[in-house]
Amino acid sequence: MSVNVSVNEPAVKAAAENAAGANTENKEWRPRIVAFCCNWCSYAGADLAGSSRLSYPADVKIIRVPCSCRVNPMFILKAFERGADGVILCGCHPGDCHYSTGNYYTRRRMALLFSMLDYIGVERGRTRVEWVSAAEGARFSAVMNDFVAKITELGENVKVGDLRCKK
Amino acid sequence: MQRLGVFVCWCGSNIAATVDVDRVVAEAKVQPGVVFAQDYQYMCSEAGQNIIKDAIKQYGLNGIVVCSCSPRMHEATFRKAAEAAGLNPYMVEIANIREHCSWIHKDKEAGTEKACVLMRAAVAKVLLNTPLKAGESKVVKRALVIGGGIAGIQTALDIADAGFPVDIVEKNATIGGRMAQLDKTFPTLDCSSCILTPKMVEAKTNENIRLITYAEVEEVSGFVGSFKAKIRKKARFVKEDVCTGCGVCMSKCPSKKGLNEFNMGLNNRPAIYIPFAQAIPNVAVIDKTQCIKLNTGKCGLCEKVCTAGAIDYTQQDEFIEEEYGAIVMATGFRPIDASKFDEYSYSTCKDVVTSLELERIMNAAGPTGGVLLRPSDGKHPHSIVFVQCVGSRDVSGRGKPYCSKICCMYTAKHAMLIRDKYPDVEVHVFYIDVRTPGKNFDEFYRRAAEQYDVDYIKGQVGKVWEEDGHLVVRGVDLIANEQIVLNTDMVVLATAIEPDPTARKVANMLTASIDTNDFITEAHPKLRPVESPTAGIFLSGVCQGPKDIPETVSQAGAAASKVIGLLSKNKLTTNPCVAHSDELLCNGCSCCEKVCPYGAISYDTHLINDHGVKETRRVALVNEALCQGCGACTVVCPSGAMDLKGFSNKQIMAEVEAICL
Amino acid sequence: MQKVSEKVIARARELMHDGTVSKVVGWKAGEFFYDCEPNVFETEESLKDLVYNRFCGANLSKYMIKNSIASGGEGAGKVLVLLKPCDTYSFNQLLTEHRIDRENVYILGVGCEGMCDIDRIRERGFKGITGVLEADSGNELVITTLYGEGKVNIDDVLLNKCDSCKGKAHKIYDELISDNEDEGPRGDRFEGVRELEAMSPEQRFAFWQAELSKCIRCNACRNACPACSCRKCVFDNNASGIASKANTDSFEEKMFHIIRAFHVAGRCTDCGECTRVCPQGIPLHLFNRKYIKDINDFYGEYAAGEEAGQRGPLISFTEQDIEPGHAVVKGGN
Repeated sequence: MSVNVSVNEPAVKAAAENAAGANTENKEWRPRIVAFCCNWCSYAGADLAGSSRLSYPADVKIIRVPCSCRVNPMFILKAFERGADGVILCGCHPGDCHYSTGNYYTRRRMALLFSMLDYIGVERGRTRVEWVSAAEGARFSAVMNDFVAKITELGENVKVGDLRCKK
Repeated sequence: MQRLGVFVCWCGSNIAATVDVDRVVAEAKVQPGVVFAQDYQYMCSEAGQNIIKDAIKQYGLNGIVVCSCSPRMHEATFRKAAEAAGLNPYMVEIANIREHCSWIHKDKEAGTEKACVLMRAAVAKVLLNTPLKAGESKVVKRALVIGGGIAGIQTALDIADAGFPVDIVEKNATIGGRMAQLDKTFPTLDCSSCILTPKMVEAKTNENIRLITYAEVEEVSGFVGSFKAKIRKKARFVKEDVCTGCGVCMSKCPSKKGLNEFNMGLNNRPAIYIPFAQAIPNVAVIDKTQCIKLNTGKCGLCEKVCTAGAIDYTQQDEFIEEEYGAIVMATGFRPIDASKFDEYSYSTCKDVVTSLELERIMNAAGPTGGVLLRPSDGKHPHSIVFVQCVGSRDVSGRGKPYCSKICCMYTAKHAMLIRDKYPDVEVHVFYIDVRTPGKNFDEFYRRAAEQYDVDYIKGQVGKVWEEDGHLVVRGVDLIANEQIVLNTDMVVLATAIEPDPTARKVANMLTASIDTNDFITEAHPKLRPVESPTAGIFLSGVCQGPKDIPETVSQAGAAASKVIGLLSKNKLTTNPCVAHSDELLCNGCSCCEKVCPYGAISYDTHLINDHGVKETRRVALVNEALCQGCGACTVVCPSGAMDLKGFSNKQIMAEVEAICL
Repeated sequence: MQKVSEKVIARARELMHDGTVSKVVGWKAGEFFYDCEPNVFETEESLKDLVYNRFCGANLSKYMIKNSIASGGEGAGKVLVLLKPCDTYSFNQLLTEHRIDRENVYILGVGCEGMCDIDRIRERGFKGITGVLEADSGNELVITTLYGEGKVNIDDVLLNKCDSCKGKAHKIYDELISDNEDEGPRGDRFEGVRELEAMSPEQRFAFWQAELSKCIRCNACRNACPACSCRKCVFDNNASGIASKANTDSFEEKMFHIIRAFHVAGRCTDCGECTRVCPQGIPLHLFNRKYIKDINDFYGEYAAGEEAGQRGPLISFTEQDIEPGHAVVKGGN
């Protein structure tokens, strides 16, 4: 057990800077991927992927939301603005929403939003909606592997980001 | 000033093997607002929790992040620990660095980097957390059961047995429902009345049950734990507590033209009547459309012959207002109207009957005293044709798209009973499929077909008509692949069942959702089959979907156990992560109200002080006891007036930014 | 148009005079005759400035949020609003959203034969324009200038929003002054959307990059839009997390316009005000029409504001709705 208490320790600062520095320098480009997962199905599916040790790239970072219908298009655009290369939204399968109807609204909203992003010229495939149940750990992992592969293929997102965010 | 603490768990080697916890701690320490960071082998252990508690006290932490396993695993544990140390439990965020990180990434560098990002996102979020307090609401320890059929009776009995008072509201003059009309039940062929009536008596005598018959629920307001209902008790014109049920009035009543509802209109009953001999309460009721006294002012015979003095022609509808903690819908079903199916000539030929009518014809207390006779001339039939799926599995729009589930079995029952009692009667059954999934069901059906020689014909009936005093049935035999024409004496239609029409009205009142067929929707089709999505509303019996008696009884018991679970709580704590509307931003457009699955949003028009400008505005109000926190409303709100506590727009955007940093 | 115009002005005066209404929301000529702008007339005297001509493109529905609600109170009369056929859709949509107090409004439906764009007239070579008159032939306008007069075909000088027309029928009114038979919709309003859809993603991106980089975030589109009627816009609200006032990066204007279009999706009546008022000439209607076209394609024809009380496509669903992945493919073709 190591106990580090004070922030002012120079060694700690150095370690932290080191950690931060390792993020950006001398590394090949890796995509940044934000995944919104509903608490009841997809987040649990991701947990199951974890407990089944079904790996997928570390580029995927999950944000927990109560329901896929909580995801505001603003969040997705914000992610892109800040330099995300892909955004994926996962929810319960239609008909299985914990809140009965949430994902049906999600489906309509995202259909329109994604079509709009396509319309302004953002590559199709940078956004995705997948329905993943709590039992589909394997599917969660497969979906994420596939999504990361597609985003890697598309390369860095240069169209919709604030370019200043990219280092 | 934020004073955050970050706690990084090793989870033995589960996390520490692929995540450099020291680096996560070091990174945590340089996050804005973080004043303390520490790692430990098992944060969830007592010692680990003590580290958290001590740090909260020692450093005056006002928010913590635990980097550990999934929040679905230990969020509650860490919230409790925080609370014990005096920190609001909702000032805790979990960074899931096990299931979402260490367990799936073999590369320690990548795993550590990701763990740092997840920690950073959680810190960014907790910076914006606000202390939340779970609301409390009272639980009125009384349940309301709407519908007094077998479903309602069983639910009420089970709730009453657990010691809670229950009111059954039944729209008819007696409880018993459809099951009381049945003759025998499949697959055991025991007498329906023999098993139902003792339960009806039990419901009457149980001191925790109050029967409110001949009554309808008129209004319901409130929410789980404290509903308020207004019940209209229709005038019976008979004093319920005085009537002895002797039946003298019935025999003396000169108006005998009313159709006997209990016998499906196959015979008549007097204007003053007791629905059937075993009715509970065994009290007469006057049909005001038929009563001569009530319509002309003359007669009054029943009043004269009633030795108990129970008749009261001046009786008015009464209203009962009561509070309930839980409401169970047990509104049941009815057969659909067979007259829309012209091809079966139901409305023109008396000898074409529905299965429920046949049920009454075969019943000893029925219009024929249990002797199988043709309704047209009262003669013994020599041949009967049963037609299955009349209006079930029908996508033409005339019937119902679903399978009514019980018809295959009751048709087999009818066929078998007739063949058993009257071996001279030929029985043919036209069917699409015979569906027998149930304990001893297929055996039962096979017995009908094999031992009792019932002629099962796979195919549908195209037309039924009357010719020379008998019926002619033209149908198709799909196995022989030929048209067949049968001469017969009676045709029995296995009509589809549909939810009782009151279900829609009641569901609307309770904001319980219904499907396109008017069946009440369950909160989850598999995992919460006896609950409605609206908290505190439970489902019992066929109002949820077609089912037979054993299924109904088990569902009734399940609904009761859910009610008991609810009523045994003294207070309900509500999820504090609920929607909240900023009335200064609200446009009053009602979009949020329309997407809310729980009816938790209402509108109120009141005076608002918007930075000194006083205006009367229509604004959204969230009922925190009803809101389940899905957030559907937040996205339809263009102004962002509607936000979700614990998952606010700003919090989620802060997480997004932290991840994309 | 001339006749209708005279009748409208006379009727507005009459209604004010006999006390049916206490205010008139109409158009007033600005510095030049073609600068007609929305105005609230509060006295009979002020009505001398009321105009109704080929340059009254402004949709007055949105003004009724404030004027219908504020006029409530004892003794206050109704507010007269002049609505062209297409404006009535916006009015209905606002009624659906409880933004207008119908009780306090008297709607005078005014006939419309298409509104003109002074810039399009100028583009045809006219300088020193002093007046635009209806020609006798019906299909032409006489342009009088300091240097003489000339004629233009009306169809060539209509506002962008009048290039296609929903029809001449008013969807809501208390009284109607119109000479027009409703001939149904005219023009293909999705032509522009289809042209863009047919381009490659790179071309589309270049198109929008070029158009949106002109945006100066003046908020004219937002202020004119009847659907964009939030008490406080998320982009002005520091607490929203996306507040912004200027384009500080290359994505922000896209974000603003995408979010704006999304917020009005299913509520936008395609009144075309956004494009009409944009000082930079950005074809903003191409955003809204994309959503309208997608909604029609995915969920069935829907016209916001067709009648009050409709349930919009984003607050409804069916169990068989298109999946977002398919929608992108379908929407693009």
